[in-house]
Amino acid sequence: MTGFLQNTFNGLVSGAFYALLALGLAVIFGMLRVVNFAHGAFYMLGAFGAYVLLSEAGVPFWAALVIMPLGLGLLGMALERAVIHRLTRLDPLYNFLLTFGLTLILQDLVKSRYGVQSSPYATPSALSGSVDFGLFDFPTYRVFILGFAVLVCVAVWWVLTRTRVGMVVRAATERPELTPAFGINVGRWVTPVFGFGIALAGLAGVLAAPMRAVNPLMGADLIIVVFAVVVIGGLGSIFGSVAAGFGIGLVQAWGEAYLSDFPIVSQTIVFVVMAVVLLWRPAGLFGREEAPA
Amino acid sequence: MRRTVGVAVASAAVVLMAGCGGGGPQSGGDQKLTGDKIVLGVLNDQSGAYSELSGRNSVKAVEMAIADFKAKHGDAAVTKDITVETADHQNKPDVANSKAAEMYDRKGVDIILDVPTSSAALKVADVAKEKKKLYFNIGAATTELTGKSCNKYTFHYAYDTYMLANGTGKVTTQQVGKNWYILYPNYAFGQDMEKSFSAAITAAGGQVVGKDGAPFPNTSGDYSTYLLKAPGLNPKPQVLGTMQAGAELVNVVKQYNEFKLRDKGVGLAVGLMFITDIHSLTPAALAGTTYTDAWYWNFDQENRAFADRFQKETGTRPSFAHAANYSAAMQYLEAVQAAGTDDADTVVKGLEGKEINDVFLRNGKIRAEDHRVIHDAYLAQVKPQAEVTEPWDYVKVLETIPAAEAFAAPSPDCKL
Repeated sequence: MTGFLQNTFNGLVSGAFYALLALGLAVIFGMLRVVNFAHGAFYMLGAFGAYVLLSEAGVPFWAALVIMPLGLGLLGMALERAVIHRLTRLDPLYNFLLTFGLTLILQDLVKSRYGVQSSPYATPSALSGSVDFGLFDFPTYRVFILGFAVLVCVAVWWVLTRTRVGMVVRAATERPELTPAFGINVGRWVTPVFGFGIALAGLAGVLAAPMRAVNPLMGADLIIVVFAVVVIGGLGSIFGSVAAGFGIGLVQAWGEAYLSDFPIVSQTIVFVVMAVVLLWRPAGLFGREEAPA
Repeated sequence: MRRTVGVAVASAAVVLMAGCGGGGPQSGGDQKLTGDKIVLGVLNDQSGAYSELSGRNSVKAVEMAIADFKAKHGDAAVTKDITVETADHQNKPDVANSKAAEMYDRKGVDIILDVPTSSAALKVADVAKEKKKLYFNIGAATTELTGKSCNKYTFHYAYDTYMLANGTGKVTTQQVGKNWYILYPNYAFGQDMEKSFSAAITAAGGQVVGKDGAPFPNTSGDYSTYLLKAPGLNPKPQVLGTMQAGAELVNVVKQYNEFKLRDKGVGLAVGLMFITDIHSLTPAALAGTTYTDAWYWNFDQENRAFADRFQKETGTRPSFAHAANYSAAMQYLEAVQAAGTDDADTVVKGLEGKEINDVFLRNGKIRAEDHRVIHDAYLAQVKPQAEVTEPWDYVKVLETIPAAEAFAAPSPDCKL
């Protein structure tokens, strides 16, 4: 029982990263119809930024947790204005290729400056202990990640459902052609939403720095799973991406724990789930089946 | 007018001098070098996971060897025209295969050096055999290079999975604990390492109480399932042996510390680790970890002197792979010098059975039976942070493993 709870907890922690990344992808796709392949690269920049801030300017983890998402959000907005914006009228494939190219450029820029070797980043001392849950104890940092990610997801949900901005975003996501007809200036919100999605990726990156290897390829490894998560949840579905993020984290952790005698199964389980979901509900678990806009 | 004549005379003098300098063989008789020069090829990873521990700095090490060779032999050198060709194999066997063929056929390369990644190394060994050209492997670990895939033109220089398992597995079992839990990346290298380690542990009187193959590549970056499982096994393991390499090793060690396994009585042993890995994890994260090293830059004065020169060239301390590249290039050049020719068969004959001592090889010997280059290996332990007094000086050598014990006896599968 203890083992099961521990594995469940770990699954949720992995899931927290998937959820934060998938959430960013979902709002960007909803608003811009852009499948942002560069999302993993911004996650990497978040972690690397935290490392550079700490090692070269002595900026602590807590400050990086604010600075990096803000900085990357601004960078994202600049990129949206400069290049992505110009291609949104064309086939989505153009922006997919553009962001793929951006990924390669960002990765190689970091590589050429810092090399491929992983960079050190220590857990902030306030979070380095462990929390006793009675049945088992668990690293404080992981508890923090889980709590923080849930908080961010709830905050995003609140903004989307309770504020005017959220209403516009939801309307533009669900009825991209009808919304402007009501006199709502959707275009005004495109750039900030893109920046916001990127900021979430940066945030996930900073959170990952103390527990994962910080290197230029860290995002490239993760993004493939995140795309599977987004597809399972339903492309553009905000609730779906978060639910699928945590769900896939759990499936992976349980798979590794209880199917370790069948490594093939535990390694591919995410994609097996994706295939089954697509056969059963082609638009994803929470996606809406409709003709694409 | 006078000026024109002057120029003409000067030109003539230059032509004559050049003629004397380059004209025909000097003392020593019939020197036969293809193209009158020696070309060393360095084929390795220059952009990926292994580019720090080998990569461009391996090329630098080979260039250092050429400079030293020229300085040592001066005018008596077999040739002064020694160059380096280099290529990035991206750790892909098919790329390694075509780059190796291109090096031998079109770039006039006499010998290929380095080649990390076992699957790529096995391909290059095949090419060397087919083209009848030399290949000194340094970067790859598989014992197959001197086992069933061995051939006349391939030599295995620095280390292999047996050396790593034998040193770390045996001594850790004797000194830290008998019960092991092994975590390995589930692909060729990891599976080989798991087998070698299990054999070494059992031979030393220990037992493997549990083992798991983690997905490779591990896209989630998470190893917590295994790390949580380890302390609960029955009997409880005293040692966690991780066979992950590079960034995956970094992930495992970070999470090992996060779950405080050392405090729970589970020590850490690492299958393959380079000084560059310790640098990125910081010694604090690894303090007390034992592993087998093929060479350590601060082991003695001779190593340190080399490391100082290397640092001047590259800005960093050498990994054992860098030192081995230097040594391999040097020993090849010496063999050509002694043979007076770069004809591969003649050079191989001179190398077989040769005993060597240099900055990398201590009590070194090139075994004629399988072309394994044996030498002393070292059992190393990462220092606690408090004992680290200068950058990159992260380990202390606990024990020197004599050359004869460090490597496996020649495999019966190898027919040269």
